[in-house]
Amino acid sequence: MSELPLTENAKHFSVKGDSAHWGVLYGVSGLFALICAVFILSIVASSIPAWRHSGLSIIYGRVWSQGTDSFGALPIISGTLATTAIALFFAIPIGVGSALAIVHVLPGRLRILLSSLVELLAAVPSVVYGLWGLLVLAPWFEHTVEPGLAGITGSRFPFQAPPEGVSLLLAGSVLFVMILPMIVALSRDAIAIVPHEQFEGALSVGATKWQVLRKVVLPGARTGIVGAITLATARALGETVAVAMVIGLNPLFPPSLFSTASTLASTIALQFQDATPLQVAALGALAVILMTLTAIVNWFGRRLVRGSAFRAGVI
Amino acid sequence: MDPSTMIRVSTEMSDQEGDPRLGPISMRFEDVSVTFHGRTAIRDVAFEVPKNKVTSLIGPSGSGKTTLLRAINRLHDLTKGAVVSGSIRLGDTDIYKGGIPATLLRTRVGMVFQRPNPFPTMSIFDNVVSGLRFNGIRKKSVLEEAAESALVAAALWDSVSNRLKAHASTLSGGEQQRLCIARALAVEPEVLLMDEPTSSLDPISMRLIEELLGELKSRVTIVIVTHNMQQAARVSDLCAFFLMGNDRAGEQIEVAPTKKLFSEPDDPRTLDYIQGRFG
Amino acid sequence: MTMGVIEGIPPDPILERREMVQRVARKTLDRRILISRGMVGLCGVALLLALVPLFAILYSLLQKGIRWWNLDFFTKVPQFPSLIDPNAIGGVSNAIIGSLVIDGIAALFAIPIGIVAGLFLAESSSKFSSMLRTTAEIMTGLPSILLGIFAYQMIVIGFDEWGVKLPGIGFSGIAGSFAIGVLMIPVIMKASETALRGVPAPIREAGLALGARRSVIARKVVIPTALPGLITAVLLAFSRAVGETAPILWVIGASNIVEWSPRKEMASMPLQIFQSATSPYVALREEAWGIALFLVFVVLVINLGSRLFAAWLQRERR
Repeated sequence: MSELPLTENAKHFSVKGDSAHWGVLYGVSGLFALICAVFILSIVASSIPAWRHSGLSIIYGRVWSQGTDSFGALPIISGTLATTAIALFFAIPIGVGSALAIVHVLPGRLRILLSSLVELLAAVPSVVYGLWGLLVLAPWFEHTVEPGLAGITGSRFPFQAPPEGVSLLLAGSVLFVMILPMIVALSRDAIAIVPHEQFEGALSVGATKWQVLRKVVLPGARTGIVGAITLATARALGETVAVAMVIGLNPLFPPSLFSTASTLASTIALQFQDATPLQVAALGALAVILMTLTAIVNWFGRRLVRGSAFRAGVI
Repeated sequence: MDPSTMIRVSTEMSDQEGDPRLGPISMRFEDVSVTFHGRTAIRDVAFEVPKNKVTSLIGPSGSGKTTLLRAINRLHDLTKGAVVSGSIRLGDTDIYKGGIPATLLRTRVGMVFQRPNPFPTMSIFDNVVSGLRFNGIRKKSVLEEAAESALVAAALWDSVSNRLKAHASTLSGGEQQRLCIARALAVEPEVLLMDEPTSSLDPISMRLIEELLGELKSRVTIVIVTHNMQQAARVSDLCAFFLMGNDRAGEQIEVAPTKKLFSEPDDPRTLDYIQGRFG
Repeated sequence: MTMGVIEGIPPDPILERREMVQRVARKTLDRRILISRGMVGLCGVALLLALVPLFAILYSLLQKGIRWWNLDFFTKVPQFPSLIDPNAIGGVSNAIIGSLVIDGIAALFAIPIGIVAGLFLAESSSKFSSMLRTTAEIMTGLPSILLGIFAYQMIVIGFDEWGVKLPGIGFSGIAGSFAIGVLMIPVIMKASETALRGVPAPIREAGLALGARRSVIARKVVIPTALPGLITAVLLAFSRAVGETAPILWVIGASNIVEWSPRKEMASMPLQIFQSATSPYVALREEAWGIALFLVFVVLVINLGSRLFAAWLQRERR
């Protein structure tokens, strides 16, 4: 190659150029990989003092107090799980039902419009949800919803404590609104992929519309829907700002749905400012727990969503 | 007619014991048209479908045959803007205006589609009995009997009787189509509609299903849409020929016993089609 | 009901079954149709319910936010509400400029890194690339607060371990840019890979057949063809970044004046909303709606704009 005289255009055609190309590609990708590695390491490293101090009691301990240097995050972890559970409790039926309606009830033109509207919700920043939750929902919950629920159930568990405005229930409800668009959009994709021929096939043996949806469409979309729910769960587990604004940041066990509580993400966010060095490490430990939890859930969710699209031949 | 223009009628052609139109009638079309948002897809359909015989709807693409077929089990109910006018009678009942709900109608008129569409999340057994379950029949013994009967009729029983719990996707294309036939038969319809059922299958599966039709017709009246003239000549007793008219709407050209339509059709357009000038 | 014994012919099981099916089907029909109508109706109700929060939020934003939109709001800096006039709180220009600078710098380094890394993912099928892809997916799913911690440790307080020394810059806009940039990179990476993979293989390989260098092909063929997808990817990632609060929560400090230098502490729109909403002053809480409306407006404009632009570009190509 080097024997031949190089002409003007040969610059574009030499093999040497390729290595520069791959050099840049690998270099930049390597840089990103390095950043990620340092990221994970730094968070883990920052939490080490806390693990040394309290060991695994961080996970099962019940008292979180910087004054006494005791960091038990069980109430906080359960706050995270509880708010996510509340969100899912409403988001799954309403989300999947909406997706079914979009694909199988709406006429064609409305389908695109309504899908876009629901996706619009997804573009709203979390802090705006928090703002709305705090200034609009909270008073409504305090004066109407929670007393109402207490009235209906006779203030029995979990509806007992006096409504304070910000509460576990409120945080769960805000989370519900936030993960709803995700479930609707992804479920809609999974449901739309079920071939129309199967729909017609079921109809042609005398099934009613609901029977087709229930026995053919939903089972066919099952993987994608479960994937959607899983991804939404990961999102709910890690939501910080909106929850921080409406949960009250109380690191004790919430005795009822109307009490204030705390979640992993919101605790990290709100306590960081004035934290003692050991507390910073403890918050780092919370970060490690949160990171592990969301990474695992996310990984499962992506596999499911990709699996369903893969089997349908979309990917 | 000049012998050289006569089509070579295959010796496998179905045996006509006289004119099939002289026996009992299963369905009657009167002045039937189907329009979509005002645009006519097929018009002026008027003929009778004889009971327990195979009637084929033939003609080039665009002639409205599939549209007509899907009107019989009211699949157009799903399509916005579709209007079926005229009268289609199943026995004494007008299937559109006779007050019979579409869901119930479809237990009397079953359908097999162009591409096999078994339900992928269900086993072979569940697929076959799905129609019965949808309609409220749950007793295990009844379901098992019906499944066996339907699978035998679809010539599938021998291959699947030992793996009824297996998923439908483990079957080959031809087997899946026969599974769909069994599924349609399990609810014991009076009429079985078939929309080009063999067009996506290999030649061996195709022949298998064609042989099936000969046996099935004693159980159900069959109306089959086919692109394949030779297939129509092989399997059907009565042939209805359709063409797309100048107004881009399908119209009925001729309805006659198969032997007659393929040897001495009344309409010159039919002759042209059979001799391959359209098609 | 059987056919009875006619000339000794046994009852036909098929006809019997047919009758049985019709009988049971007719019996259960009304209930089944009722249930179907009911459940399908419920799905419709679910859809309406899903839209209620959207309209509620938009309504609140408009109703409470638009009244704040005046010249002062966009051009003045905040004033501490005094006892004499608790409503004289000035404007939010510091937050708007702050967002602009922080997100702008973040985009400046995140976009090229994201696209180049996306190109790598699209062109390579090595173990490293699949590992990188998984890493990017995990990163996009992580709570953004973690990136705030990362930025705090890297940029704010600096680094002095394992033989590497990085001076801390303290609370600053650049710390926020770092956090948001690292947030954006995997998002852009994944979307870029999809867009670049969307370029049909024949187009990509044709250049190679002619003997051209891969980098030339990339620059002159692949990237321009994938441009609509890339632009959408970048704009969507940016619109997400603009709204992020958690990563910048306590790394950018605070500033009541318009600050253009990223080395200093800055304000930012989402952070301002957070602080104003939780403030004890009523006027500030109400003002948060004005900022929120503007933020949502910006995000929606970028979102819709990116889709429209990509569609326009696609059409222009024909």
